Amino acid sequence: MLKRPQKSIHKVFSLVLRRFRAPLIALIMVYAISVLGMVLIPGVDDDGNTWHMGFFHAFYFVSYMATTIGFGEIPYAFTDAQRLWTTLTLYLTVTAWLYAIGTILSLVQDSALQRAMTENRFFRNVRQIHEPFYLICGYGDTGSLITKALTQRGLRAVAIDIRQDRINELLLTDLEVFVPGLSADAGDPSNLQTAGLKSPFCVGVIALTNSDHTNLEIAIAARLLHPSARVICRAETESTQANMASFGTDHVINPFEAFAEEIAISLHSPELHLIFDWLTQLPHSPLSIYDAPPQGRWIVCGYGRFGRSIDKHLKRLGVSTTIIEADPSGTDCKGACIVGKGTEAVTLLAADVKNAVGIVAGTNDDADNLSILMTAKEINPELYTVARQNRRSNDVIFEAIKSNHVMQHSEVVTLKVLSLVTTPLLYVFLKQIKQQGNDMAIELLPKIENVCDKVVPDIWTIQINYKSALAVTHAIEQDRTIQLGHLTSDPRDREQQLLCLPLLIKRKDEIILLPEVNEKIEVGDQILLCGQYGVSDLMGWTLQNHNTLRYIETGETRPDGFIWRKLANR
Amino acid sequence: MNFEKVVFGFFIVLALTLNFGFFIGEIHNPDHHNVYELFAAIVVSLIATVLKLGERTQIGAVLLATSLVADLQLIAAAILWGSALYITETGLTPSVTSSIVSLSGGALLANFTSVVLLIIETVTMRR
Repeated sequence: MLKRPQKSIHKVFSLVLRRFRAPLIALIMVYAISVLGMVLIPGVDDDGNTWHMGFFHAFYFVSYMATTIGFGEIPYAFTDAQRLWTTLTLYLTVTAWLYAIGTILSLVQDSALQRAMTENRFFRNVRQIHEPFYLICGYGDTGSLITKALTQRGLRAVAIDIRQDRINELLLTDLEVFVPGLSADAGDPSNLQTAGLKSPFCVGVIALTNSDHTNLEIAIAARLLHPSARVICRAETESTQANMASFGTDHVINPFEAFAEEIAISLHSPELHLIFDWLTQLPHSPLSIYDAPPQGRWIVCGYGRFGRSIDKHLKRLGVSTTIIEADPSGTDCKGACIVGKGTEAVTLLAADVKNAVGIVAGTNDDADNLSILMTAKEINPELYTVARQNRRSNDVIFEAIKSNHVMQHSEVVTLKVLSLVTTPLLYVFLKQIKQQGNDMAIELLPKIENVCDKVVPDIWTIQINYKSALAVTHAIEQDRTIQLGHLTSDPRDREQQLLCLPLLIKRKDEIILLPEVNEKIEVGDQILLCGQYGVSDLMGWTLQNHNTLRYIETGETRPDGFIWRKLANR
Repeated sequence: MNFEKVVFGFFIVLALTLNFGFFIGEIHNPDHHNVYELFAAIVVSLIATVLKLGERTQIGAVLLATSLVADLQLIAAAILWGSALYITETGLTPSVTSSIVSLSGGALLANFTSVVLLIIETVTMRR
């Protein structure tokens, strides 16, 4: 294979230095001529004798003359011949200086040099990250939300986006940790490498660009160049989704599919949907209230990617749908469909909106969607409404319309990505719960509600090892039995239980869903819990501190320290 | 024929010849060492240095280094000369002259290296 020349900062510098040659040579020549002239032209000293200026004085004189400082004629007043020469060289040197300074200034502002310097700075910043970091490709609505959430959890990130203004926005955003950003095409593997794709600290790549094709390119590059990194991709068409999954992309998120599935779950098993919602929302946001969609016929406006996904999932559940689409042939709408936008009452009435239970406004135009909902609500105020919001800037209006569900790309993708990245076990848990069905969800729902304070609970993972659970690991190695109930006891008062709920234990390949309090803990276990904020810190005492653990096990407070322990043993 | 090579070769060789012209003669005798020749040597050497700025080849980088050494030595000689005449006012005594000329001798060696490198480059890249 041909080895292509690599662009590098050194090359740009050498190119810039090359362009310094002409002005520098001009300066040297002009100075040399001026100095030589001053030395050769005879002058007259105070006594009227002929006198020749030395090189030292000539250089001194030319130096201050050329820079227009002008200390005067030294050491003796000049003759007219000297003055003539000075007049000539004055213009020469000043012109040479202007030329040199002009060139230097234009070179410093040269876009190629600026670009090379920013890239170099970015490269250095990325190389200095010595903790696990995520590479975020595409810093739009979704990318910025994810970056913010990641940094809030103390994770590092590197962002890359094709648009400079978004990177500028990143630099202006006040984040907990510094996130290096570069404006470059993420579809180009060399840019991904600059952004640290091959770095051993890169634990994952999150491809969120607007173009499916670019996301595909990123997924392929990541798979080949850093196989151990997790790859999370956004895909908006089913073909890309299948394509990405085919070569082992870890997670492919299709916002339309994901949302349609959510709607389907909420129709089919509302409690399950509620659990999903509670556990995946952003921390501290209020718990969503129980709001099950009604059973009956639905109207879907817009048969694009979103409308198709919704239609597919509703049909799967046996819900009948009426489709309204302005361009049935262009969107490949098979079967009966009402032609129109759905923004006019006529079309809605043709779709028999009076007898429908729900309406989905799923066109790719926010104004149309709002208009559909308002018109439909006027005709049938009882309608259950689902709106697709295309632009984040329209938040306020969508809030005002009080739709039962608002689908926003960036929000759907952000929540999915965050649950995958920050607590990987949560994803496992949700998958398991989904398999168990709605009955388990009905049982689980009040338990979760119990431990959280009407806001989305804190979700964290405990690892039983020396680093994060020293006391417990020691105790197990000394053949003491530690049960899950020990860990969830309050370290301040062992009769009390902490406000938390163990969701899952992962033990090697085994998964224990909703473990009981008498479950025996083993070294290497990973425990997923949800509960009130601050509980995880309290639990840290039991996990790490021998005395606290002993107190919880036996109820006695042991003296500590070498001497006290000896005394207590006697 | 590469015009750039002609110009650069011209300046490198001229720097060497001027330097040699200044250096040759009795080391402590100021009459044997012309101040104009030193001036010309400095100017030509500076130009040769600037011509090598931004060179990307290995040999170009070494040429830049040798010519910087020559500049440094020659400028040191000039400063010594000027300070002997005007600052300490000792004049061009044999010892001062020897110092100046030996400094320029060092520069001569650096310039000589430059020329040798130039010849090597020319010979290896027969085009």
